[in-house]
Amino acid sequence: MDFVTLIQVLDSTVRMATPLLLACLAGLFSERAGIFDIGLEGKMLAAAFFSAAVAAITGNVWLGLLAGVGASLLLSGLHGLASITFRGNQLISGVAINFLAAGMTVLIAQDWFEQGGRTPSLTGPGRFPPITLPFAESLAGVPVLGPVYSELISGHPVLVYVAFLAVPASWWILFRTRFGLRLRAVGENPAAVDTAGVSVVALRYGAVAICGLLCGIAGAYLATALQAGFVKDMTAGRGFIALAALIFAKWRPWHAMWACLLFGFLQAVALRYQNIDVGGFTIPVQAMDALPYVLTVLILAGFVGRAIPPRAGGEPYVKER
Amino acid sequence: MSADDPAERQETAVPAIELKGISKAFGPVQANRDISIRVMPGTIHGIIGENGAGKSTLMSILYGFYKADRGEIFINGRKTDIPDSQAAIAAGIGMVFQHFKLVETFTVLENVILGAEDGRLLKPSLAKARRLLKELAAEYELNVDPDAVISDIGVGMQQRVEILKALYRQADILILDEPTGVLTPSEADQLFRILHRLKDEGKTIVLITHKLREIMEATDTVSVMRRGEMTATVRTAETSPEHLAELMVGRKVLLRVDKAPVRAGRTVLEVENLRVIDEEGVERIRGIDLKVRAGEIVGLAGVAGNGQSELLEVLGGMRAATGLVRLNGEALALSGPGSDGQARRAAGIAHVPEDRQREGLIMEFHAWENVGFGYHRDPAYRRGAVFMNNAALRADTEAKIAQYDIRPANCWLTARNFSGGNQQKIVVAREMERNPDLLLVGQPTRGVDIGAIEFIHKQIVALRDAGKAVLLVSVELEEILGLSDRIAVMFDGRIMGERLPGATDEKELGLLMAGMAREAA
Repeated sequence: MDFVTLIQVLDSTVRMATPLLLACLAGLFSERAGIFDIGLEGKMLAAAFFSAAVAAITGNVWLGLLAGVGASLLLSGLHGLASITFRGNQLISGVAINFLAAGMTVLIAQDWFEQGGRTPSLTGPGRFPPITLPFAESLAGVPVLGPVYSELISGHPVLVYVAFLAVPASWWILFRTRFGLRLRAVGENPAAVDTAGVSVVALRYGAVAICGLLCGIAGAYLATALQAGFVKDMTAGRGFIALAALIFAKWRPWHAMWACLLFGFLQAVALRYQNIDVGGFTIPVQAMDALPYVLTVLILAGFVGRAIPPRAGGEPYVKER
Repeated sequence: MSADDPAERQETAVPAIELKGISKAFGPVQANRDISIRVMPGTIHGIIGENGAGKSTLMSILYGFYKADRGEIFINGRKTDIPDSQAAIAAGIGMVFQHFKLVETFTVLENVILGAEDGRLLKPSLAKARRLLKELAAEYELNVDPDAVISDIGVGMQQRVEILKALYRQADILILDEPTGVLTPSEADQLFRILHRLKDEGKTIVLITHKLREIMEATDTVSVMRRGEMTATVRTAETSPEHLAELMVGRKVLLRVDKAPVRAGRTVLEVENLRVIDEEGVERIRGIDLKVRAGEIVGLAGVAGNGQSELLEVLGGMRAATGLVRLNGEALALSGPGSDGQARRAAGIAHVPEDRQREGLIMEFHAWENVGFGYHRDPAYRRGAVFMNNAALRADTEAKIAQYDIRPANCWLTARNFSGGNQQKIVVAREMERNPDLLLVGQPTRGVDIGAIEFIHKQIVALRDAGKAVLLVSVELEEILGLSDRIAVMFDGRIMGERLPGATDEKELGLLMAGMAREAA
């Protein structure tokens, strides 16, 4: 693999890792607060559709982003209502949201656009354009560092930078602020938070809202930056891969970034090398495409060492004597 | 009487806590009925009562967990509404719960500031807490490493963190709910020294407990609760344990266990070099030798978590081990086939597990179903090879309910609908009526009221008098001393020594339980 190809694959890695990273951080906030969320997938999908639909109708990608985040927040609210207020089963609520999103997006798309469950292709201001960072062009000639800066770091849609800046931001919020301390506490032992005179319900809704916001950005990125429009099931299991990355990262922001980059790299490799020849034997493209999912299963099966989830995760909080 | 007389002063001072006519019902159950109480400032006020008497409910109302249906709360003479814990903290009330409310993955410092941070950023809060903790440590002998992670420190330390949390929030009134349940005797003594220190500094302390000895030793005044009502408030100096027990139960209670001298026979259980390594690779039992003979109760004392539970689990067929265990001279399988609970029962071991709600009963199942568990292959409960004879099982349950005085006497109630004492009686009835050669009993009276304790103790002694071997595990030293014919003390997976109950006392056992004075004591 020569240097140019490497840069291209890594560039693609960053693009593929971005939605995973946003979803992974979304899950991190939710699960750190003790709310398991397997509905990341559904929220991303709903956000992808509504962002593409609104961007297609208005021609303004920022309105699209707003609509996508709004849709994701609504589903988050639903999950919160089911799992916090009504103390329901968080897994079932998450599954329901995934099904709801998978069905509704296609149904509404067909009703609005009549293009077989997709939105029209987005062009011009309907998409997030790549941003060229300062000096990218003038530095392109510098050996090694030039291409790394101009090709790999510069030239991504704004949401990519949002995703990667969200990593230190999440770390800072979780480990350096009062809100973060309380949020982590509520995921470990909500009774400790409650007896300290802090509202468990408010904290958990806060965490779920952040989760909705990040999932919304992830979905909007998929449909309006990575692709140009919404197609049926376009999240393609990214919500679940993000969950696997979250476990791999042991619920820590920086580790989450590296985990998502690893998954993004596998996806990028699969995109780049459709059929690989290994000594006369051709590895079919399907095998390459399956790689991220195989890794997901391996991680979920616990092959990467024991990950200890937040102790109160998945359990509704009921006051007891 | 001079004006300096403390008793005189107490009568005239404004109470730190005054409750007037507090009532609280959960559905049809009246947990608190018209309760009035005055707790004087600068005193240690004990509240004693059986499980389910309403002590915890009352304190939960005071801490804002529940809202009283009726009644008024006065703190330092001012009428105070306590709708939530925030309000309780603001009123200067701190609570140390029986089950600590700590975040195990956090440091001491983080736990102390949680909910009482100054400002949105942690750094200044942590620095301030570190400073204050140092002052509090010096003032009250509450030494704790502020950077230790909770899961790494012992329960005694964790309890100090809870007290520090309350003091950090500037609590003047400290409520402790069953604080000594998890402590060694020496840790408990330390706790009471701290409490006296706090009292001397003018803090008011409410001590909730079911241990008469603690009430007698530590408190100035004691209130007794029974069935949701406050039956009496007396000066501790003017009462006796027997009198308090009578007030708690409503009738005369035998506090001592009556039993004939031991007549031990042949060896029933023989354990040699038993070792257990748990799921996390930690060695929980590090080579134990133990013998239990027929007609003998061997008590296994120790602070929870020192290997007693694992020993019971191995003998009961719930956990694999290495080493040698012989029952009536025959070696038992310690792992693999033939080492499960079914095999143990067939061999003649009955097991009253430590945690009846998790291991002894299925809480959502009927009493009669629970009576059949583990013995469901008994031909008496079967009809042919496939079907259960439920009618026979129910009839048997009815008989046990009558014999063990289980209330309510209804075999169709689910286990959850019985009180702790009656749940335990169901388990005890199931296991003891099998007439085992060896009875394993874990915490037979945990969460059981005094009346039922007396009954269960009598049953255990009766089994021993019938020539059976009994291995008793309990964290209650009084129970160990009262029931056992021989006492073995466990610490850190080893047996620290054996003692005869007549030739030892709580102090010596306490030292052994803390891992000190190995064999030399």
